[in-house]
Formats: sequence, structure tokens, C-alpha cells
Amino acid sequence: MREAWLPLAVLLALGAAPLLGFGGSYETTLMARVMILAMAAVSLSFLVGGAGLVSLGHAASVGVGAYAVAILDAHNVTEATRVLPAAIGAAALFSLVTGAVAIRTSGVHFIMITLAFGQMAFFTASSLAAYGGDDGYTLYSRTEVWGSRLLGDRLAFHYVCLGALALTWALCAMLLASRFGRVLRAARENAQRVEAVGLSPYPFRLVAYVIAGAIGGAAGFLLANATEFVSPAGISWQRSGELLFMVILGGVGRLWGAILGAVAFVLLETWLADHVAHWKMVFGPLLVLAVLFLKGGLSGLVVRRHG
Amino acid sequence: MAEPLLRLVDLRKHYGGLAVTDGVSLDVLPGEIHAVIGPNGAGKTTLIHEITGVVRPDAGQVVFAGRDVTRLSLPRRVRAGLARTFQITSVVPGFTALANVALAVQARSGSSFRFLRPAASEAATNTAAMDALAEVGLADRAEVPAGALSHGEKRALELAIALATKPRLLLLDEPLAGAGPEETERLIALLTRLKSAYTILLVEHDMQAVFALADRVSVLVYGRVIATGTVADIRGNPEVRAAYLGEDEA
Amino acid sequence: MTTQLLLVQALNGLQLGILLFLVAAGLTLVFGVMDFINLAHGVQYMLGAYLGASLAAATGSFWLGLLLALPAALIAGLVLEVLVFRHLYDRDHLAQVLATFGVILFLNEGVKLVWGAAPLQVAVPPLLEGGVQIMPGLQYPLYRVAVLGAGLATAGLLWWLVERTRAGMLVRAGATNAPMVSALGVDIGRLFTLVFAFGAMLAGFAGVLAGPIFSVEPGMGDTVLILAFVVIVIGGIGSIRGAFVAALLVGLIDTLGKSLMPDLMRLFLDASAARQAGAALASMLVYVAMAAILAFRPAGLFPVRAG
Repeated sequence: MREAWLPLAVLLALGAAPLLGFGGSYETTLMARVMILAMAAVSLSFLVGGAGLVSLGHAASVGVGAYAVAILDAHNVTEATRVLPAAIGAAALFSLVTGAVAIRTSGVHFIMITLAFGQMAFFTASSLAAYGGDDGYTLYSRTEVWGSRLLGDRLAFHYVCLGALALTWALCAMLLASRFGRVLRAARENAQRVEAVGLSPYPFRLVAYVIAGAIGGAAGFLLANATEFVSPAGISWQRSGELLFMVILGGVGRLWGAILGAVAFVLLETWLADHVAHWKMVFGPLLVLAVLFLKGGLSGLVVRRHG
Repeated sequence: MAEPLLRLVDLRKHYGGLAVTDGVSLDVLPGEIHAVIGPNGAGKTTLIHEITGVVRPDAGQVVFAGRDVTRLSLPRRVRAGLARTFQITSVVPGFTALANVALAVQARSGSSFRFLRPAASEAATNTAAMDALAEVGLADRAEVPAGALSHGEKRALELAIALATKPRLLLLDEPLAGAGPEETERLIALLTRLKSAYTILLVEHDMQAVFALADRVSVLVYGRVIATGTVADIRGNPEVRAAYLGEDEA
Repeated sequence: MTTQLLLVQALNGLQLGILLFLVAAGLTLVFGVMDFINLAHGVQYMLGAYLGASLAAATGSFWLGLLLALPAALIAGLVLEVLVFRHLYDRDHLAQVLATFGVILFLNEGVKLVWGAAPLQVAVPPLLEGGVQIMPGLQYPLYRVAVLGAGLATAGLLWWLVERTRAGMLVRAGATNAPMVSALGVDIGRLFTLVFAFGAMLAGFAGVLAGPIFSVEPGMGDTVLILAFVVIVIGGIGSIRGAFVAALLVGLIDTLGKSLMPDLMRLFLDASAARQAGAALASMLVYVAMAAILAFRPAGLFPVRAG
């Protein structure tokens, strides 16, 4: 943890930003996006770096959480005590069902199957005409917390997101350090070894997959509230690829790397989109270069300099 | 005679037209070291796979401690008390030696579905793991990443992991493979020490080691056991000499 | 739903299946031989469609366009292999996924820059205009019949190449055991490049054929790519035969599902609900089929790699 000063500083900066004059609508919207995507990325990093499960469908669990908010909103259910458990529960259930099949496989198969299940969620969302279909769905209002419009307050929402991100990081770190996490980490490096001490990796991986999905669902809940809008685009496989990129940009194997990855990704994307017409033509090659030359990710750079 | 701890009853396995295991029956008695030797291609690897549950035999039974385990998976056999080492060492390279053994300790003591406490701070688990490391002479290497250990040390670590599962039977798959002369000597000394405390099924290529360690030897040739007996019996058996020793030590 | 309509839909399904096969064939070989996961295979299909469209427009002949587009697609594949993919063979799947994802972002945007974001229309070549009578009173477009025939012929050619030639033997051996092939003294690097370029050309060919049927637009490769993934997962990675069977299966399931599901739902629901539920179910059908097949055969229908 001594090497984790940078992400801690990032969290502190995010916490202090609204008090230091960065509390405007533009800044808080941008920061909320950073924090929510970071939350999803950390949970994906838990899967990839911790359990060795390279999921290319993580955006789907975020999307399932977001759509839970939208669908309940359309039926006039806007109370967080009901919406949040529904979002988390739906995403966990989705992960359980798809994971039960996907985790039977490994390697390339796993990547492609999670991708395919992600697409399944995408096409399903697109065909939900009652909830906007392709065009997406605009929420009537943000979710209420015990009847109050707490999440509607810009500052309060900012700190809720920050708290959720910190909690996600702490939770995933705790899980990886536990007995459960030890089995996951061992199975990532050598599944045969784990079997030879009398443990089958499958149930451990499935539980990890469901936990990551549940966190993704919580991130989806926040994302829907941040934008007050939900659309299939948020479930697309490109989004899953972006989340994976945040993980690898930050450095696989360090949970907090995903926070750095998310910050760098969102800032870069935002800056490029504002300044370059066909910005993806720049972004794509940057991605390739990052993969080819930045092998330990950003967190690797930080650790090496201090190591 | 005591009830055998492990009994193989007429195991058969065909790949295409080739009978890789052709009616193997074999007993391992409690407390003995039973060695299985055989030339390359005799079907030793397949036999081990059948005993550990990696490969399911076409016919026959694997009876362990009086219980038919023929259809159990590898993890469940390990939990029943059948520990193994691998021909090609299999450890978790990124874990310390201690964590490698602690994984085995936690697998047999209490649930591994515990999410809150850091596993590395479980005193009881670490103590048990240290004991196993001490048993194989690796106590002073506990904090070294397993990937950084020497080949012989990895072999010993694998033994420690197997011991930490509190096995009733140790299945050692060519524990001396790839070891240099000095390492071999040390490993044989280690196995000799373990001999008094454990029942061992030893599959090994190194004749000197087998004759030094084993109580009984079974000779596997083309998927069949052609002879079982004491070291002296096997050494004197003309059929064995013809099929195996002749070609290897001529 | 009349028999006639059903027959037309079945033919459409087969024809989608054939196009999927052409894309999946290259993908499955590249996987099988190189253990390389290439997300950018879909953009090679898209590139083929664009090249075919603009070369046809430039020369005034669909056929000339097709003839020129094939080597152009091959060269595009070679360029990508040399510039990017070659450096990824010894990296893990995660790195391959992300780098090829970067290539997708670049090319999807690049296509917009060169050809614009609006879909291009490609005219059916005069020779293949009109329809053929497949049943009394039932016409089926001649072009689609031709696509079906061309696809089947290519499949046959491919089968002959893989099963009957020395290069094909090496490719098959490489899919089962790459180290063995290089031990035979074969330049595995050149074999990779060859397979790669060939796969790119096949995908490009599919793209040219698809031009007059579907609209040619940026991102058209992404959907096809994911269906192709489903195909090779179902078929068994590295298996041409598996890819063929699975491609037809996926094509049929997808097409028939989309046309039959809403009607099927009519049995239980009122018209508008049936349309919605049917559409949602139909879009899930392919993935459900994949999950069902994998639940019983985790390595696909025709697993190649032994052990």
C-alpha cells in the first residue's frame, strides 16, 4: 500500500476539488464520469488482475444496473432503497447466469463468450421499445433517498460517487487479500496447483464474477443518475473494451492502477474530443502504442520510480 | 495382511486401438513405499492420471481407503486424502513458499469462502505451513517467491504442499526428474525421512532411487503389470530384466 | 407465416450464414494457428465492402471492383500484420484484444473521414439483376442466389486448400501443435503472415459480396465480428468444418428467429407486446443457442486441439 500514494492523492484531489473552485456543472459532471467509470474499472481489474478472468462484457453489468434504474423509473419506482438493491441484484443475477456458462471455459473462449453475452444485453436493450429502444430512455428524475432529493444535489452526488469508488477499492482489496482471494490469485497463476490441494477453482471464479458484476451494477446505478439517461450505447462492446483499456493502461495486477487508468482515459478522451475532429483516429493508435510499449501500465511507471 | 490403502482393480484405458492401461491391478499397503517403474511408453503417466482423476478409465476401479473414488474429480480425491506431486513441478510462482503451503493448509482447514480477514495474517494457518516447510527443510526460504527457488527447492516445496494437505497417501510422480546429482541426493534423503511417516506410491525412472527407497516394486510394461514384489524379487526376476532392466542398464 | 415466406427466410438465413463463414474462416484459422485474438477482423470485412464499393464506382463495373478489391484487402491485411499484429503474437490475449480494439477505433473513424458517415449504396451488377423462380409464384433475387453459390464455392475451395494441400496440412498441424510445426523446419512466421493475409482477403471478399445486400457503413464490421466469434466458439476454435456448420446454424437461427419470434409470441401476447418481446427474444436467440451448446460441449462442436 505504500506505493499507492498516487491513487490516494487522486481520491483526495477529487474530494477537495469542489471546495477549491472546481464545483461547477462541467467539472462535477466530468469528475462523476471519472469516478463512476473508475469504479467499474476497479471491479474489472479485480476480475482480470485478481482472478485472471479477462471479461470483454463488463459494460453489460453496468448497463443492466443502469437499465434497472430506467425500468423502475418508468414504473414510478424512484426510491434508492428499492432501486439500488434492484440494480445490484439484477447485475449480479445477470453475471451469475452468464458466468455459469462462461467460466466453464477459459482463455480466448472466455473473452469471446463474455463479449457475446455483452452483445446479447446490448441487442436486448435496443429492442426494449417501451424503454426507448435504440434511442435510450431519459429518467423522469434522479433516484430519491428516503424521499429526499439528495442525489439531485451536485455536491452530494459528487461525494456519493467518491465514497462509492473508495468503497469499491477497499472492498476489492479486502477480497483479494482474504482466503477467497488467495484461491483466486493462485488459480490465476496455476489452476492445476489449486486443484491439487483439493479446491476446484470454478465456484471461486463464479463468485468473483458475480461480485464484480454486482459492483458494475452499482456503477450503472450511479451512471444512470449522473446522466439521467440510459441507452444501449452504454452497454456496447466498445464500452467494455474501454473499461478493459482503463485496466491495462493503469496496469494489470494493481487494483488502484484502474483508478489512474480511468482518470487518464476520460481526460484524454475529453480533451481529444474537444480539440480533434476525428479524435478516434488519434485515440486508436495511442491505444495500440500504450499496449505495445507501456507494459506495466501507469501504475508500473509510478512503482518503478519509487521502487 | 492389512487392508490396502489404495487398490487398483483391473483398470483399462484405450486410446483408439491402443491399450494404454491394459488391466492394471495393484495394491498399496498402509505404511509402505510402493514404487511403479517401467520403460518410456509403459503407460505410467496415464496410470497416474487415472489414480488422480484427470483421466477416467474405460473400465475398472480405483478404491481409496475402502471407498470407490473412480468417478471423483481430482480436488475431491485430494480432500479424501490422496495428495500428489507433479512430474513437471507445479507451484504458484508469484506466491512465496509460505503462501504456497498456506494455500494447501487453508484448503483442508475450514472454508476457503472467507472474505474479510487477510489470509496472510492467519496465525494458525501460517504455523501449520511453516511446520510443513520445516519438514522438507525449507523453513529459511519461507518468504522467497516460489518462482525464484531452485529446481530442487521447488521439488521440496511441492512435497511440503502435499504434506500440508495431511494426506493418507502421497503419490509422487517422478520426483527426481530433472534434478542434478547433488539435488537427487538431497531429495532421496528427504524421501527417506518421510518414508517412516507416510504411505507413498512412487512413480520413478531412477532405478537407484527406487531400489534404495521402495518396500515393494511393480513393473509396468505396455500397460500391464508384469511383476510385483520386493526389491530383491524384482532384481532377480528374469522377465523384468528382459523387458526393462536389460535395455536400460545394459 | 406461409411456407413461401419461411422458405425465403431460410434462404436469407443460409446466405447470412455463408457470409459469416467467410469472415469466421479467417478468424478461426488465425486463432487456431497463432493463438491470436484479432478483434480487427471485422473491420477487414468493412474495408472490403468500402473498397469494393468505391472501386466499383471508379471503374463502373462491379466485377472489376471485386477483382481489384480482393488484392487490396489482402494488402491491407498484410500492412496491418506487419505494423501491428506481428508484435502481439507473443503477448497475452488481453494485450491482443486491446491493441486490435485500437485498430478498430482507428479504421472505423478513418472510414468516416474518407467516405463520410452516411451509408453507401452499392448497385447489384446488371448481370445478376432480377430474380429466379424457386417455387410457383415465388421469386428470389438472383444476386442473393449468386452470393450463396459463390460462398459455397469458396467454402469448397477452402476445404480443398486446408485438407488437400501441403500449406493446408501445415495450417492444420499448426492449429493442433504449433511447436511441432516449427520443429519441422517450417518458417512459422511466414506461415502466420500467409494465413493472416488470406483470412483478411476472405473477410474482404465477404464485405464486397455484402455490399449490394446490406448498406455499407462505418461500424458494419462490428456486428459481423461478434457473430463470427459466436460462430467459431460454437464450431470449435481452429476448425474450418466447425466454422461452416456453426455459421449456417447461426445464420439460420438469427434470421428465422427475427422473423418467427414475433409471430410465435402472438400466441401468448397481444400484437404490440408480442412484437417487442419477440424482437427482444430473437436478438438473444443466437447467444442462448451458444450458451446451450457450450454447456454441453465447452470446446465447441468440432474441437481441434487435443487435450
